[in-house]
Amino acid sequence: MPPLPTRNREPSKAMQLVMYPLDWLEERSGLVGGTKYFLFRNVPRDSGWFHTLGSATLTAFIVQALTGVVLAMYYRPTPEGAYASIQYITNDLTLGWLVRGMHRWGASVFIILLFFHAARVFIFGAYKYPRELNWIVGVTLLILGMLEGFTGYLLPWDQTAYWATVVGINLNGTAPFVGEFLSQFLRAGAEINADTLTRFYALHMLLIPGALIGLILLHLYLVVRLGVTSPPWSEEAAGRKRPEPEAQPNGRTGLVQPAPRGGYKR
Amino acid sequence: MAATARSCGREEKEAGEPQVANGEGGSGPGPTIWPIGFAVGIVCILAGLIVSPVAVAAGVIIAAIFGFLWAREATREYRGTTDHAAPEPEAAAGPADAPGRGPVPEPSMIPPRALEEDEDDRYPRSVFLEGSTLGLAALIGGLVTLPVLGFVVLPSFQDQEYPDVNLGPLDNFPESKWIITTFFRDPTAGEVDHRVAYIRNNGNLSFTIISNRCAHLGCPVQPNGLVAENQRKTIRVIQNQKRSAVTLTPAAPSGFGCPCHGGQYDLEGNRTAGPPVRALDRYEYSIVSRNLVLNKPYSVAHVYGTGADAKIKAYPLTGPGQHVDGAESWLYPIQPPGR
Repeated sequence: MPPLPTRNREPSKAMQLVMYPLDWLEERSGLVGGTKYFLFRNVPRDSGWFHTLGSATLTAFIVQALTGVVLAMYYRPTPEGAYASIQYITNDLTLGWLVRGMHRWGASVFIILLFFHAARVFIFGAYKYPRELNWIVGVTLLILGMLEGFTGYLLPWDQTAYWATVVGINLNGTAPFVGEFLSQFLRAGAEINADTLTRFYALHMLLIPGALIGLILLHLYLVVRLGVTSPPWSEEAAGRKRPEPEAQPNGRTGLVQPAPRGGYKR
Repeated sequence: MAATARSCGREEKEAGEPQVANGEGGSGPGPTIWPIGFAVGIVCILAGLIVSPVAVAAGVIIAAIFGFLWAREATREYRGTTDHAAPEPEAAAGPADAPGRGPVPEPSMIPPRALEEDEDDRYPRSVFLEGSTLGLAALIGGLVTLPVLGFVVLPSFQDQEYPDVNLGPLDNFPESKWIITTFFRDPTAGEVDHRVAYIRNNGNLSFTIISNRCAHLGCPVQPNGLVAENQRKTIRVIQNQKRSAVTLTPAAPSGFGCPCHGGQYDLEGNRTAGPPVRALDRYEYSIVSRNLVLNKPYSVAHVYGTGADAKIKAYPLTGPGQHVDGAESWLYPIQPPGR
């Protein structure tokens, strides 16, 4: 019988080759340890698929960011060039239809996942103390995400885009007192003009994504700092086991509910 | 410093002493009204940047006065201790009047460090350096931010007036016929400045000129009825020394309807059904060397009468979806300037 491999063995040459740069980085920055801490931190035993909605939303955002950067290499935000450049991306460039499709449909996926994630947090009660701030950050992210949808919708510069934006801006305009100022600011003038398109383009690809990235980092920091909540049915919720239900003389527990087999153990 | 103040405050409470002379609590600055006035001043400045320079000046004065009072209030504790002429709030309430150094609370109630504190330590150099570094950073940040903010916001509110548009000879508008007229506000801006007006010659140089911008949310209203596409003609006009094109299409509408949310209007632009909150906007017009010229558009609540006899109260041009009369118009008291 050959001897079992031991942990204290001298690492192989290949392993050393991999580890050397990582060790170098770790010694100077602590980033490797930090990444390990982030990826392998403890989460409640009974967190499940519902808890992946946040990461799914993050993934959708990363897809939007990457495809958006690539699309910006070909898109021209001018009234004369915008529609033509979108046609060029979609019809002429190799795989342009795919990248534009990913960005276009991914936008809907991102918004839908945002709502699912928010619903999960709400239904699980995961917004409660001490996580209220993260809920506030999340709602801000939701609003910014919808602003991304609003500003991005104008960029194809076709009839749908144009009139949808006219209606959207005028909806803002009906807000009492400040509405017309807001819509005139969004329009970059009293009426939609060439500056509206560039303004929406800058908002869509610079300002709002920057804010989103910053707030996502804060959101993740708070998730790591405060930990993940257990589901409401968890035995470990609030860090303690539920007491076994006491058997009543009539064989029932609580008020009317029949005792489940094996108590609350699932 | 803070330790002294806090311990004094606690002692006051325990001893049940009456409140101090100037109504101040033991420690920390009390609630003040100055920040609110300061904020009002800032709002005044920002609004004034858009509305009028007088409001800016008023805002600067308000903000300066309240900012000064606020700063005085906030630094009262510091100044109160360095300035021996003004007695500290605690002084009046101090239980024992020790001679010379002023009232000192019972030694057992305060940490020994506070007793040894010297006047020199009460406004240390490090605090001054902290304050000046932060202040300098705020100043630099403000100097950089303000012009950029102005660049972002102000151009949207300047030079937004409507240029006059030449629609060509009057002969193209036969009496009591509707003509769908498309034109460019600024011929050099291209398709994005394309606009449409529905024009009817009422005779005797009277025209009904209705904007196609829906009074609900700004979609383009369409004529309900026949449009004689085959009689469309395009004429060349000179507008502000630039070449421009106007297309004229005869139509026989029975009213106007919006494709977006179903708003309906009659031939005078009055709402007959759907979500719009007022009648369609109209254009002022003038006749210059037998050419029809569009001037500024204006908003209309309701048109009484028809054609040349119509009675119309003209309101300043207002965004779609906003009431211009009735109680709801109080929600939209100010329209942005520059148009």
